[in-house]
Amino acid sequence: MNPPFGIPPELFTILLALGLLAGFVGLNGLVLVYLERKVAGHIQRRPGPFEVGPHGILQPLADALKLVGKQLITPRGADKWLFWTAPIISFAPVFVLFLPIPFGPVLTAMEMDLGLLLILAFAGINVLALCLAGWSSENKWSLLGAARAVAQSVAYEIPLLLAVLAIAFQFGSLNLSTIVSGQGAWPWQWNIMVQPVAFFIYFVCALAETNRAPFDLPEAESELTAGFHTEYSGMGFGIFFLAEYANMIVVCAVATALFLGGWNGPAAPGVWWFLVKVYLLLLVMMWFRWTYPRVRFDQLLNLSWKWLLPLALINLLVTLVLVKI
Amino acid sequence: MIREFGKALQGLWSLAIGLGVTFRAFVRPQVTVHYPRATVDDANLRTYHGHVELIGKDDAPEVPRCISCGMCAMNCPSACLAVVKQKAPKPTPEQTKAMEEAEARGEKVKKPTAPKDPARFTYDFSLCSLCGTCVESCPVDSLRFSTELYQAGFDRNDFHFDLLARLRGQAESRPGEASTPAQGGQ
Repeated sequence: MNPPFGIPPELFTILLALGLLAGFVGLNGLVLVYLERKVAGHIQRRPGPFEVGPHGILQPLADALKLVGKQLITPRGADKWLFWTAPIISFAPVFVLFLPIPFGPVLTAMEMDLGLLLILAFAGINVLALCLAGWSSENKWSLLGAARAVAQSVAYEIPLLLAVLAIAFQFGSLNLSTIVSGQGAWPWQWNIMVQPVAFFIYFVCALAETNRAPFDLPEAESELTAGFHTEYSGMGFGIFFLAEYANMIVVCAVATALFLGGWNGPAAPGVWWFLVKVYLLLLVMMWFRWTYPRVRFDQLLNLSWKWLLPLALINLLVTLVLVKI
Repeated sequence: MIREFGKALQGLWSLAIGLGVTFRAFVRPQVTVHYPRATVDDANLRTYHGHVELIGKDDAPEVPRCISCGMCAMNCPSACLAVVKQKAPKPTPEQTKAMEEAEARGEKVKKPTAPKDPARFTYDFSLCSLCGTCVESCPVDSLRFSTELYQAGFDRNDFHFDLLARLRGQAESRPGEASTPAQGGQ
């Protein structure tokens, strides 16, 4: 495809990808909200949304319209600039996170050797946003939620990195496409068979990093009303929400690429296998959310420092030794 | 150390069991009712405690068992019940005359007494907390919880009930049924 206006082809690809990604993220937000509520409903043996459209399929659209239409309120005493920058900071890195993800054999926005590193680095920015949101709201719930978010992120980023590192050492690459093509098409050729412990650690840490139940302590609606986004109305809250769902997709996409063979899928490789696997992981995340009660804060930190971190270290050491042999 | 690991594995196993529980709930049929497209079946309705209603006499279902004692209204913590007794029927001039004559003769006269059932029995459901104190305190078991489930309204006056009129309506529409309480009044 020839780019118009004499834009360099690389830049054009990235711009096109960003446009497509914006649509993808927005659409996914709607789909995931619907899925989440349906899964919650069926697990509690009720229908979930049912009134807007056939089987409530238009419900998320109605929700989104409601959020867009609501007034944006800045609480008195809040730091206005920080308060409104926080949702933007939370959402902005999402686009960067999607760039190196290999959706299909050719469907990768930007091939880069340090793709994995880029994702891990930019995923950390979300915490800054939560921290700013909680700090600038001038609200005790928000502040507590922010404090929790920071402690939780620091605790869980380390085992997550170590788990991912095991895979990176195994393939000698941080390029997600290389890692995907290094795995076979069939489930027994996937990394999850070689590195089940790493997958387990990665998935638990991913739940914690995206603030999903049972690790949703920064939000903890029963204790902190809504945690860091208590004071946000309308799209301020909506953007945090969208960013959370986008981050969920990112962690599931990375898990798919690293452990589940990516687009290589059983027969007929292509982008559909990637999406199927990502959505299955997302469904598992929802399943977890509606099964497990929220952990206490000391339990959360104990789990990370006392179990996941040593486990990840041992796993990494064993991987290193095996790779060297 | 080994015990700690055993506990962790046990914990993991219990997490798996939990997932099994929710998965089974996920695939099993729903238990909620899509109101207003569907209504609740009788078996579930029978255990429902709706607003308070009067119970008719066995032989005359349109007349409540109530003896207008007012215990329910007195005990009601929300003051949502009001019972008005019936007045004794006014004797006709001839009857008055006959009674006076009999009294003059020194006979024992039986003056007309008021019927026991109430003249008015009103109930403000918008105040009621459904505590059931009235049902328990009724000495003649004339009150019970109805199984009236569908009670959306646009006006708070929709929830000011005349229980006598309701009982009469029930006696007309379902003869014989009004006097058989669904749950023995308790």
